[in-house]
Amino acid sequence: MSCLWPRIEPLLARVQKPARYIGCEGGARVAAWGPSKVAWLLTYPDAYEVGLPNQGLQILYEILNERPDAVAERTYAPWPDMEALMRRDGVPLFSVDGHRPAGEFDVLAFNLSAELVYTNVLNCIDLAGMEVRAERRRDSDPLIMAGGHCTYNPEPLADYVDAFVIGDGEEAVGEITDVLRDWKASGRGPGSRRAVLGELAAVPGVYVPSLYDVAYDGPRLLGVTPRHPGVPDRVEKRTIADLGAWPYPRHQLVPLTEVVHDRLNVEVFRGCTRGCRFCQAGMITRPVRERPAEQVRRMISDGLAATGYDEVALTSLSTADYSGIQDVVGGVINDPTCSGQVAVSLPSLRVDAFTVGIASEIQKVRRTGLTFAPEGGTWRMRQVINKLIREEDIYGAVDSAFSQGWQRVKLYFLIGLPTETDEDVLGIGELARNCARVGRAHGGRVTVTASVGGFVPKPQTPFQWFGQETVPGLTGKVNLLRDATRRDRGVNLRWHDARASLAEGIASRGDRRIGPVIEEVWRRGGTFQEWSEHFDLGLWEDAMASAGLSLEWYVHRDRDEDEVLPWDHISAGLHRDFLWQDWQDALAAAGVPDCRWTPCYDCGACTGYGLEHVVASAVPPAGGSQGTGVDLSSGHVVPVRLLDRARA
Amino acid sequence: MRVRIRFSKRGKLRWISHRDVARVWERALRRAEVPVAYSEGFSPRPRLSFGLALPTGAESVAEYLDVDLDGEATLSPPTLSSALPSGMEVGGTAPLEPSDSSLQHAVVACDWQITLPEGPADDAARRFLEAPSVVVTRERKGHQVTDDIRPSVLDLEVRRPGAGGPVLACRLATQLDGQPRGLRPAELITALGFDPAAARMLRTHQWIVRDGAWCEPVPAVDAPARQGACDIRRDPTLNGTDLGGPDLREPRPDTHPAAAGLRAPLSTGLRAPLSTGLRPGG
Repeated sequence: MSCLWPRIEPLLARVQKPARYIGCEGGARVAAWGPSKVAWLLTYPDAYEVGLPNQGLQILYEILNERPDAVAERTYAPWPDMEALMRRDGVPLFSVDGHRPAGEFDVLAFNLSAELVYTNVLNCIDLAGMEVRAERRRDSDPLIMAGGHCTYNPEPLADYVDAFVIGDGEEAVGEITDVLRDWKASGRGPGSRRAVLGELAAVPGVYVPSLYDVAYDGPRLLGVTPRHPGVPDRVEKRTIADLGAWPYPRHQLVPLTEVVHDRLNVEVFRGCTRGCRFCQAGMITRPVRERPAEQVRRMISDGLAATGYDEVALTSLSTADYSGIQDVVGGVINDPTCSGQVAVSLPSLRVDAFTVGIASEIQKVRRTGLTFAPEGGTWRMRQVINKLIREEDIYGAVDSAFSQGWQRVKLYFLIGLPTETDEDVLGIGELARNCARVGRAHGGRVTVTASVGGFVPKPQTPFQWFGQETVPGLTGKVNLLRDATRRDRGVNLRWHDARASLAEGIASRGDRRIGPVIEEVWRRGGTFQEWSEHFDLGLWEDAMASAGLSLEWYVHRDRDEDEVLPWDHISAGLHRDFLWQDWQDALAAAGVPDCRWTPCYDCGACTGYGLEHVVASAVPPAGGSQGTGVDLSSGHVVPVRLLDRARA
Repeated sequence: MRVRIRFSKRGKLRWISHRDVARVWERALRRAEVPVAYSEGFSPRPRLSFGLALPTGAESVAEYLDVDLDGEATLSPPTLSSALPSGMEVGGTAPLEPSDSSLQHAVVACDWQITLPEGPADDAARRFLEAPSVVVTRERKGHQVTDDIRPSVLDLEVRRPGAGGPVLACRLATQLDGQPRGLRPAELITALGFDPAAARMLRTHQWIVRDGAWCEPVPAVDAPARQGACDIRRDPTLNGTDLGGPDLREPRPDTHPAAAGLRAPLSTGLRAPLSTGLRPGG
């Protein structure tokens, strides 16, 4: 086992942010290496300050290092200045824990949180000293694996990654380690790679793309089918039934240098059943599994004491929906050891006054800005996307925020949504304008920022059949909105680069033929495509053209019901007919309420795995419309069509 | 009450920035349950003040910060050290009087040991010392300014420890005519014709003047009483080439590569052996 530090350190005086490469974080602990231990290099293919806080990676890091037969270290994509020096001096990709070369590990496991990091994945494999294409790698090379949300369509990276893990990783990493331990013990000799991949394919949740044939008819995909018996037709995602059985991370990493989300993070539940149709995370992480409130409290108090943080974020896809939210928040605020200096943040606020009430209770200090995500500008649009927030909810939330001392409110919206008209787009400006007016009634200088992003349809969602808006279309809508809000006092408009949405769209719903496009973009220097200073749409367009592939076909066209989708052999547990029906409901602007508190729609996520929602309360938390579009506390008639569906 | 803390920054931690060190300290003080006073207002922050920024990439055995405490408390260096990341260690603490000025104002000079790549360091140093003035263009607050840096170099000596490159032992003023116009070690290295990125820097001392004598803001633990660390050899005059402060010609053995191979005795007794109680940097 070699340490590259003496060769790395002379480079550090010549790069920006050298602390990215030193490790030494609080809580970092690596088990001793041993000849019979499976060595994992957990790799986040983006900059250190983005990757370090990733909770998924930290959870697996701890679980693996606790096993007697495994050791895990971490690495992140070196920034281009460092990469250039590494290539100049022949320094390979290294772990930040022990500064060991990537090639000495048994497996490089990538976290895929966003499609635009795909070129960084190839760059990391190359920097590790391996061929990027799986078929060309040697038996003695480490295996390349990947997990994370993007693996729900693994096909664009299918020729580059040896095995994907679909779904929750807590249990799967152990089962994979069992397989790899025997492979390592066998000496990783000739032919062993093929054998170990065969064994991995038998682990539930593991997809080994080289064991599948792909057939096309012209541009149309005919299917992705297993080449051998024993290889599953469809790879089902892994789901841990009880989040309470996995109180990780126990020792959250405390970086020495500045990173995003630099605070204690405690995951209060996983999964979401609000049913927002654009939201891949909400669809693929079902069912809802809450962490017991007592465990949340313990993780907060132990975590604050161990890390020295003065801020804790209660993370989930919709934290105000957590059954124990008030008790937990009150516990932290009133804990004498916190001495009033601990801030609690709820990264995903629900849009209603109840939520603001909680926020005002917990943010006694540092009351700066609040962010809400109505996503759609009109009630019609919000029914299409199933984000069933009434305008009254929004104004109530904003009024509550401004009346309690907040000066800035940020509203997130998507444009380029299905059935969108100019009226829906202008509705964004109208909402922002009205929110600013509500704020001015409280006096003071208020600002309302409307942040507008171009929608990219994602696999395993009802919008997977939707043709993405073009760059000129998105730009036109932004311009329309900009003109409409130009004279509005207190309203700021921000928008994301529509060109980045196009590149993301290519990778998001691509099939295996997109792999060479990603490779070409990488070969022409297109790394760190998530970063505006490095993003280059021209590279993607050129690569698509030279591969003879059509943007219209891959990105902009609507798909038919019977079309084979590139990810049909990967299952997030959702029935295809549920998704299709939800897509039809979307086109009809019909919403469906949260299934935690309404009868089951049989999406498949619970029944398919014999699981249930794990919630502490059978009724919704008080106040607001709870995503039903009505004020539940006042008993309005539900304007939402309750769908006549087969009930499980 | 206010307390001044002396600490080291060694090994891999030399690559974290001055701002990073501030964040590390905020967390460490909370972990050690030190009752730090907070600022008033909308965004209360812990009241910590740091001295002269250590350049990212440099090591130090003589860093300081002042902490405002909410009431009285006794700070234990081992407890503080255990709350800090490996590579940072507390070497001593001392209560401050209300009349004590801030580190930014009080520190008049710093001593450095700088390991250079192989090269004609002796000639460069001799020419530098013989020159009546050394005018360079350097950046200050985003502007290019032209300064004579010669008066800021209070002492400069090249040692050949054997293994490794030449070692520059120097004392650099941090103020000139009472103005905070210090000389950064990288600027001296550049002026001598070497590449700062290839040098390894260790700050060994910071000096303040108390009752007309040079002393360290906080002596390291195990040092004699406060005055014992002071040298009353002569009054400091920071003008011209007059060398103020204690003699830096006696090198101090430590684990820094600049000092590797040095076996000079600690003969003068003027300085506390700073390596006592310090973990070796890694």
